[in-house]
Amino acid sequence: MVAQLEAIEDKPNTYTINLGPQHPAAHGVLRLVVEMSGEVVQRCDPHIGLLHRGTEKLIEYKTYLQAMPYMDRLDYVSPMAQEHCFVLAVEKLLGIKPPPRGQYVRVLFAEITRLLNHLFTVTTGILDVGATTPALWAFEEREKLMEFHERACGARLHANYYRVGGVAMDLPAGLAEDIFEYMETLPAFLDDMEGLVTGNRVFKQRTVDVGVLTMEQALDWGCSGPMLRASGVAWDLRKAQPYEIYDQLEFDIPVGKTGDCYARYLVRVAEMRQTIRLIKQCLEKMPQGPVRLQDHKVTPPPRAEMKRSMEALIHHFKLYTEGFHVPAGETYTAIEGPKGEFALYIVSDGTSRPYRCRIRAPGFSHLALLDTLSRHHMLADAVANIASLDIVFGEIDR
Amino acid sequence: MTDQALKDLGDAVAATLGDDVLDTVIKNGELAVRVRRDGILKVLAVLRDDPRFLFKLLVDVCGVDWPSREERLEVVYNLLSLKHNVRIRLKLTTREGIVVPSATGLFSSANWYEREVWDMYGVRFDGHPDLRRILTDYGFDGHPLRKDFPLTGYTEVRYDDELKRVVYEPVKLPQDFRTFDFLSPWEGLTNVMLPGDEKAGAAKTGSKA
Repeated sequence: MVAQLEAIEDKPNTYTINLGPQHPAAHGVLRLVVEMSGEVVQRCDPHIGLLHRGTEKLIEYKTYLQAMPYMDRLDYVSPMAQEHCFVLAVEKLLGIKPPPRGQYVRVLFAEITRLLNHLFTVTTGILDVGATTPALWAFEEREKLMEFHERACGARLHANYYRVGGVAMDLPAGLAEDIFEYMETLPAFLDDMEGLVTGNRVFKQRTVDVGVLTMEQALDWGCSGPMLRASGVAWDLRKAQPYEIYDQLEFDIPVGKTGDCYARYLVRVAEMRQTIRLIKQCLEKMPQGPVRLQDHKVTPPPRAEMKRSMEALIHHFKLYTEGFHVPAGETYTAIEGPKGEFALYIVSDGTSRPYRCRIRAPGFSHLALLDTLSRHHMLADAVANIASLDIVFGEIDR
Repeated sequence: MTDQALKDLGDAVAATLGDDVLDTVIKNGELAVRVRRDGILKVLAVLRDDPRFLFKLLVDVCGVDWPSREERLEVVYNLLSLKHNVRIRLKLTTREGIVVPSATGLFSSANWYEREVWDMYGVRFDGHPDLRRILTDYGFDGHPLRKDFPLTGYTEVRYDDELKRVVYEPVKLPQDFRTFDFLSPWEGLTNVMLPGDEKAGAAKTGSKA
């Protein structure tokens, strides 16, 4: 108590304000307790957990198949990336690999998800510093991309499309062509948006040299993804530890130099252009064949076969009641999610349910940085920092 | 990273750190090292700074609960070395009442991760600057990710229109919480003789002829 009083006496001009949990700049349910001196932030303390749903606990009570939809609900801006990590982790424990077409479809949608995420993050970030138009434009593009989600799996947001051993179903006829056609038009949209924003004086005044994160700080705070790359570390798991078919695709890693909010914006926009490249390559190289393993101990048999074959019926019944058993073991499997390193630490005890499923969300470690980033900035700059961190509370609070 | 390279790395870690490393396991192409609880800070510091390792990123700290073990709580650290492009996993055990040295002095990222482990598992970290709960509600009691914590929790909240505030009440479920915890759908049928089962015994006694 004495220490607290002294602290207050030391800083007689500070006062504390409460921002959120319902605030348009809080990107969800972030409650920020900010200690201010005038309009300058002295300290900010993020209170999180208002969206805590106990996902990790719930998954312990579900079979591996039932756990899949929870992945969509973590970071609901980029649902399929999390599913991707989950299926990769379980496949690693099972020691199986999906057929090539399945891998291509997965990477295709993981990259579409990256576009969804970056379109959202970049433009709502711009909205937070005062420009409305890019957000309106980008949400139209997102809607088109979500239509591709819908055509592939029937859901715009909570896809539940990936399966251990592949994906739930093949792409419908014509979808690949439509995605390719759309990707031809997207660079023009990015050019339009950049024309409004990248050189904009007001935007630059709000972001350049705001929230500078040095390379040492970025490493110390466990940053990943665009946060790390904007600070000058050329690190991308798709290149460094390629999973699926990323080693067969050509793409570059955009790296920022300054580590401020502006660099993070530039890195994300440049990543979108690389993603378009990746999607086109996926579509061009995509082989024919099954999209799912034909091992019916893991994936369900076709419906028609179940009408005739007793064995197929038994497989179906066992898979949807008991689920497949995963050998005892543990894995830390990480993917390069749109926000950074999204990883799952799954401990299996040999049953059909995970013993422990730890979700390592990139946003969690990035938000921990907010205090360091925002000290001695104006309150409005703290808002720009929040926007550039790319946080979504579904994954932070889990 | 091949298993051989991981084995070499594990051997190098074990040789450098001596008694602080209890054993190293390589499975699924991943290296896991069990360490002594009190030696964790030394291990982390060496792994971070030794030029052979350079694990500059502490990407994750989490807990695991094993109620049947004497030291039931496990703390797992996942580290990443950008320089050598390799991951390592450190594990230590503890139980309620035994503190674990906090890694916040070495890695800033440990701050929130350790708060979460404290919140979810009740592991106390010694030397942590700000060990508050992080994800659960203000005034929450218990550690929800422990295996003996019920999935439904103990309390639920609702808005009371007469009191004009949110009230906490014990969980009331209209139907008991059901876990279908049979590992096999047939498990409930252990002592039941189904038509035809008598033949199974007969076959063993050699009535085949």
